[in-house]
Amino acid sequence: MSANTAMATKYRNSFLKEVEEQVEMGDWVKMCMQCGVCAGSCPVNFQSAWEHPPQEIFMMIRAGKREEVLTSPSMWNCTSCYNCIVRCPRKLPITHIMHGLAEYAHRLGIAPKMQPTRFFSGLFWKNATKTGRVNELKLSMGLYFKDGFGAGVKEGMKMKDVALGLIKAKRLNPMELLGGHKCKDQKGIQAMLKKAYEIERSRKAAKMAG
Amino acid sequence: MTEHVATNETILVVGGGISGMTAALEAAETGKNVVLVEKNPALGGRTSQLYRYFPKMCHPVCGLEINLRRLKSNPRVRVLTLAEVTGIDGVAGDYTATVKVSPRYVNANCTACGDCARAVELEVDDPFNYNLGKHKAAYLPNAMAYPQRYVLDPAIIGTPDADKAKAACKYGAIDLDMQEETIQVRAGAVIWATGWKPYDAAKIQPYGYGRFKNVITSVEFERLADVHGPTGGKILRPSDGKEAKNVAFIQCAGSRDENHLRHCSRFCCMASLKQTHYVRENYPQDGKSTIYYIDIRAIDRFEDFYQKVRDDASVTFIKSKVARISEDKDGNPVVWGVNTEGYKRYSTPHDLVVLAVGMEPSVKGMDIPGHIVADSSGFIEADPANGAVFGAGCATNALDVNRAVQSATAAALRAIQVVNKVAKAEA
Repeated sequence: MSANTAMATKYRNSFLKEVEEQVEMGDWVKMCMQCGVCAGSCPVNFQSAWEHPPQEIFMMIRAGKREEVLTSPSMWNCTSCYNCIVRCPRKLPITHIMHGLAEYAHRLGIAPKMQPTRFFSGLFWKNATKTGRVNELKLSMGLYFKDGFGAGVKEGMKMKDVALGLIKAKRLNPMELLGGHKCKDQKGIQAMLKKAYEIERSRKAAKMAG
Repeated sequence: MTEHVATNETILVVGGGISGMTAALEAAETGKNVVLVEKNPALGGRTSQLYRYFPKMCHPVCGLEINLRRLKSNPRVRVLTLAEVTGIDGVAGDYTATVKVSPRYVNANCTACGDCARAVELEVDDPFNYNLGKHKAAYLPNAMAYPQRYVLDPAIIGTPDADKAKAACKYGAIDLDMQEETIQVRAGAVIWATGWKPYDAAKIQPYGYGRFKNVITSVEFERLADVHGPTGGKILRPSDGKEAKNVAFIQCAGSRDENHLRHCSRFCCMASLKQTHYVRENYPQDGKSTIYYIDIRAIDRFEDFYQKVRDDASVTFIKSKVARISEDKDGNPVVWGVNTEGYKRYSTPHDLVVLAVGMEPSVKGMDIPGHIVADSSGFIEADPANGAVFGAGCATNALDVNRAVQSATAAALRAIQVVNKVAKAEA
């Protein structure tokens, strides 16, 4: 049984309860009074990708629309501008709830795979943890080739003037493509991460079982 | 003027608005002696600044007139205007209050003929009209002011304007040598009826009050609609005097908001519903009102009032707390947000935006003499620790006029019980 099915079975009748228990800051969701000031204050709200504004997400949670919420790209669009938190009359930590929901959907493995924020987050994490240093060249190229080789080349050509400018200003080193710079104690970093993963895994497993 | 005899059987009422007047009269009419202290030069408080009351849409002139009539015919109430209580000492049944009385510079000879106002040139902000207009520095506080007596603004004392006023007065009513006085008032019980103040709308930063001229508060809108107001009852917007036919009302401006006022101010929904009448009456052909709300709280028995406004084709209801307000090139305020019924975005220009500001107790942050227990919003609580200091009206809760009067009567009854006990102890 996948993590997703396990959780769906466990909280069959109450998605709100699931969110309260499993999502970071999820216990705040019930405090929303549906005034709409978060949606009105959201800068992303004025782009078409923002499928459901926060207060709609909260209402969907209460209405038990589990599948729609967790597979939605909406919370991945949050730019963490904190406008909603500042203005919320009930002081809901809306930004954190959005991230909490995104993280939970990711943990269950049902977040939209090619959603750019999620894709980039994964890419960034792999990139940074591999050598203990961020390889910016590989990171941006990885994002260019997200939608396949053709699209990557096209995107790369579009950005070539910027890239050349960066190289000229010594802000970008083309040699980074061959491995790139590393931190001194790579093994130490890996060991530390391994330990952190272990702690997190046991904590989350306990939470999901409990 | 300030000669009086107050004993520990006297009831001191602080604040001469509708609550304070009611409490003072209810107590006096049972035979108690009352000293009524009012900070402003006239009684009536914020009630006198309203254009109309809900739900009957009658003018406050009516309700206040009844109270003034009772007051004039009752020798047991002594009214001190321009007076502030600065300290209270003692215990229940035996208090001594210190009262600071500011000079009016006009004595009891005044017939309110208005010659002094015509003679004076300086104009000062008119707080009765929430500073939307100016009035002469020799002025009658409002048309039905009690006492019906002019006041000189301290700004002209020592200037040629003051001498002009004095010269113009045929009755020798102007006394430029009046000084501030401090007096002691004994009382068995104190009724604290200092009322409320509109929440400072400038603190709601995204709404631009103070930055955009055509964003005003609901109390200012009352003055715009009033024939005695700065526009003579025409609803004209402040920036350019254009007729404001398309008016937006924004509910919960400060209320029900952890960042501003925690409580629901209760009266603002009804106030906005009432004010849609003003728009329609001013512009029967093409007046339009839009109410932006979280949910309409037509408290008490006012649901039918709400339903009637709902049925009015000139009024639109949009379920949304407005996120912010901007201004377009023509000076129209543009209201931004998301309609939570259908989650549709809007950015709608209006001629005028009225913020239905919340009610903040005047006692909040004020150094109330003596120990008084207040709730998290600053309203006075009924608590035995308060001794014989009783809150009344909007000093105790967010109330409309009707409920404030009920609260004042209740406070009067509590105060009467205390002085009755005192009387028996001394008998």
